[in-house]
Amino acid sequence: MKQVVQLNINDSPYEVMVAPNETLADVVRRKLGMTGTKLGCEQGDCGACTILIDGRSHLSCITLAVASEGKEIVTIEGLEKDGKLDPIQQAILEKQGVQCGICTPGVIMSAKGLLNENPEPSHAEIVVGMSGNLCRCTGYEKIFDAVEAVAAGEYDDEKTSQAGAE
Amino acid sequence: MDQDSAYTREQIREFDIVGKSVPRVEGYDKVTGRAEFTDDIDLHGMTYAKVYCSPVAHGIIKKIDAGKAENYPGVLAVMTGKDCPKPYSVNNLLPTETALAVEKVVYFGEGIVAVAAINEQIASEALELVDVDIEELEPIVTAQEAENSPDNLIHDFAKNNTNHTAEQHFGDVDDALAKADVVVEETFYTSSVNGGFIEPQSVVADYDPGKDKITVYNCNQLPHMLQHTISKTIDMPVDDIRVIIPNVGGGFGGKSEATPSVLTACFLSRKIGRPVKLTYGRDESLYQNKGRHACHLSLKLGFNKDGTIQALDLSVLLDGGAHSGWGFVVLWFIAALTHLPYKVRNIRYDGRRVYTNKPTPGAQRSFGGVQARTAVESCFDMAAEKLGINPYELRMINAVETGYKCPSVVEVRHAEFKKCLESVAERSDFVNKWGKLPRGRGIGMAAGHYSSGGAFLLYNSSRAHSTANIRVDTEAGATVFCGVTDIGQGSTTVMSQIACEVFGIPMRKVNFICQDTLLSPMDNGTMDSRATYGAGHAVKNAALDARQKIFAVAAAHLGVRAEQLQCKEERISSIYDDNRFIGFWEAVSLHQDVKGTIFGTGDYTPPQPRGDYDGKIIGPSPAFGFTAQIAEVDVNLRTGQVKVLKYYEATDCGKAVNPASVEGQVEGGVAMGLGQALIEEIVVDRKGRVLNPNLHDYKIPTTMDMPEMDTVIVDGYDPTSAYGGKEVGEAPTGPVCAAIMNAVYDAVGVRLTELPITPEKVFRAMRGQHSRGLELETTTIGFANAKIRSV
Repeated sequence: MKQVVQLNINDSPYEVMVAPNETLADVVRRKLGMTGTKLGCEQGDCGACTILIDGRSHLSCITLAVASEGKEIVTIEGLEKDGKLDPIQQAILEKQGVQCGICTPGVIMSAKGLLNENPEPSHAEIVVGMSGNLCRCTGYEKIFDAVEAVAAGEYDDEKTSQAGAE
Repeated sequence: MDQDSAYTREQIREFDIVGKSVPRVEGYDKVTGRAEFTDDIDLHGMTYAKVYCSPVAHGIIKKIDAGKAENYPGVLAVMTGKDCPKPYSVNNLLPTETALAVEKVVYFGEGIVAVAAINEQIASEALELVDVDIEELEPIVTAQEAENSPDNLIHDFAKNNTNHTAEQHFGDVDDALAKADVVVEETFYTSSVNGGFIEPQSVVADYDPGKDKITVYNCNQLPHMLQHTISKTIDMPVDDIRVIIPNVGGGFGGKSEATPSVLTACFLSRKIGRPVKLTYGRDESLYQNKGRHACHLSLKLGFNKDGTIQALDLSVLLDGGAHSGWGFVVLWFIAALTHLPYKVRNIRYDGRRVYTNKPTPGAQRSFGGVQARTAVESCFDMAAEKLGINPYELRMINAVETGYKCPSVVEVRHAEFKKCLESVAERSDFVNKWGKLPRGRGIGMAAGHYSSGGAFLLYNSSRAHSTANIRVDTEAGATVFCGVTDIGQGSTTVMSQIACEVFGIPMRKVNFICQDTLLSPMDNGTMDSRATYGAGHAVKNAALDARQKIFAVAAAHLGVRAEQLQCKEERISSIYDDNRFIGFWEAVSLHQDVKGTIFGTGDYTPPQPRGDYDGKIIGPSPAFGFTAQIAEVDVNLRTGQVKVLKYYEATDCGKAVNPASVEGQVEGGVAMGLGQALIEEIVVDRKGRVLNPNLHDYKIPTTMDMPEMDTVIVDGYDPTSAYGGKEVGEAPTGPVCAAIMNAVYDAVGVRLTELPITPEKVFRAMRGQHSRGLELETTTIGFANAKIRSV
């Protein structure tokens, strides 16, 4: 039986009709059109679908929408505020922690979750904290650089970004 | 006339934007989730397709009953192989692939029936109602079986299941080996691995019944070749097919040919007159594979006492899976890749590629390179030991330099290979560490190269390999139209940098329109590491053509000869007197007033040296990138587990147009090689079933698997290139397996010859147990470190 659920996503309320077996990833992508959340495996292996639930990173492809009611959900679309990038987005962009970009939203959300829990992670903690996100392009080096830069406060002033240029 | 004769800053190789680590131009969209990938597309009236995949690897389709599915509410169309039976392949070489299986299935997971419905759930439910009756045939699951089963043919025309053969002989190998002071000989097995792009293949086909034309959105590396495949298969003229490539979530070669899903979606869309989306699950993506060929190699190298290499004798057997794919090229490429990066004059090659009932491999990053490098670099270390020469010295003795001519027609017009070897050896202190680390710790070296685009390409080689058009006006800035495809490697950024450099304008003034066959001129696409070199030339030539027109106006305005003008910081000025200048956009505006919008065009085709030997079209390239690598490993003496502790790499990519992107290519390339070395393998059982069609059991490296990396771009500038740059996308992947194998040998004194190097294989080897042939009798499972008995 389908049911109506109230989801709080990116500080906005959404009322959606969902089946009991529908995943949060499917709901945000297909029903709400927020396609920034990516699907790479749909089995919880690759991390591309990572979102924040109550500040912690979760795999939305193995999270049921019906179980997400009453929680604070943040997707990649919710990080940028008034055209201003979140420090981790800015760092991934500038340090070239992005290549093809399919894993990037998940990588950013995982990093955000990690930094929420541990604002100054060591390199070893970053390696462990980011181990759930598969990236086939970068070899992870530049992703580490970006997370480390944010942890070191390099992006504290939350510089505004002007597209990718210069 | 040399259009660029007055570009003095270029002559002294001092650039404003080339050589800078400019962030990706599409990066903002990618970090905010705005970037649209194929599966993100939503069109008006969208329908969704799903495919019934074969549960057996080899069999005759006796009956398909899809009546119930056809009548299921919400289903719009059902399709079987007979609806679209025309076979295709890369460049039409031995075409056997079809949109869906026709009469016979030849690999596990092959599509048999497709359903289009108003949503994915209904499509899936309808597939459950499909009844397929298959008479199973004995599957062929190893290359050896394929050759020894004359009565069990996967394709009737292919005697002994042979797909292609290749033979080459330069010099006199037998004579050189007889005279050599030291000969080493070994056999190797490199496993079948998958591209592992995080975006499974996806397609949206949108047939327009009003115009009788179709638009196809697909994550593909070669939009213009895809157009031709679709045209042939669904019987539509090429110019009625528009291919648009959205953002591609990784390709690595695996997306350089049509998946059956593209043709299925096109057929269904034309049938129902609505857009059809078909996105593979991870399992289907692995069944389609198009990853790296499993390969059996047997190699002999001969050396003189002084360490100079005298002969190379290689035979290979490629496990080709069910179809041709890029196999013909891989088979010859392995041969071509043995001619470099060492000065060997006597070379013999004997290669065969056979059909098996397995997922078809195709192109994957360092195409042919992993196989060739694994064998050659391992044997180099074996020879070094016999000769009593340090492996680094042995490589230096034989390393090629600028101007080297291979015994084939291949010529190396620029090489900083020795600098690469020196750089890694020095940084890692290789000479002092090799052979001297405590047991369990080891250091190993390997090196390699790759071409920057073939001089000849399998498809449309006679036409310009790349073309670019540029429009310059005050209404849109500089807009480049070019067919090159950015699959994440950064070509859009690099091409924009090249255009900016020519015009002396900032990145935000350039628009790059690519990946659309309607808007972009013909390009051979993203393969063979050809984008920066090939398309880079075309973009530069187009920009120079446009600039010349702008200079003509500026020259008249300033009273300065056009040949004496330069562009910098949005100003056009005399090279002799910077105060005589006009704003770049002012000059553009003047041109528009008098002659209208400025258009420039440029193209590029590499020099095409003519040889007279079999396989002559594969190997020649206008430029080669080089790499040298060193792995430091720890081998657990109790379990055989190999951990790579540190990885050193040095790249010669000429001038790095975007150094951070080059580093990204190197680091990602090494990561892919490391996966193949230690953990990756597509596991197929005796029945031909893929046992690990998911990212849980098919393991690609995570953050935890990566060593500390120390990479360096050695100083270089290839004068034959647009801005001195050449390939970097593929060379770094090739030698990784060999570097790790050589390091394991240094650590524990056993030479592993089969990939992946699982703890089990190392453990057995350390105990003197022969591990070879495991993959024939049983299936090794890297991820579980366990052995599963054949079914």
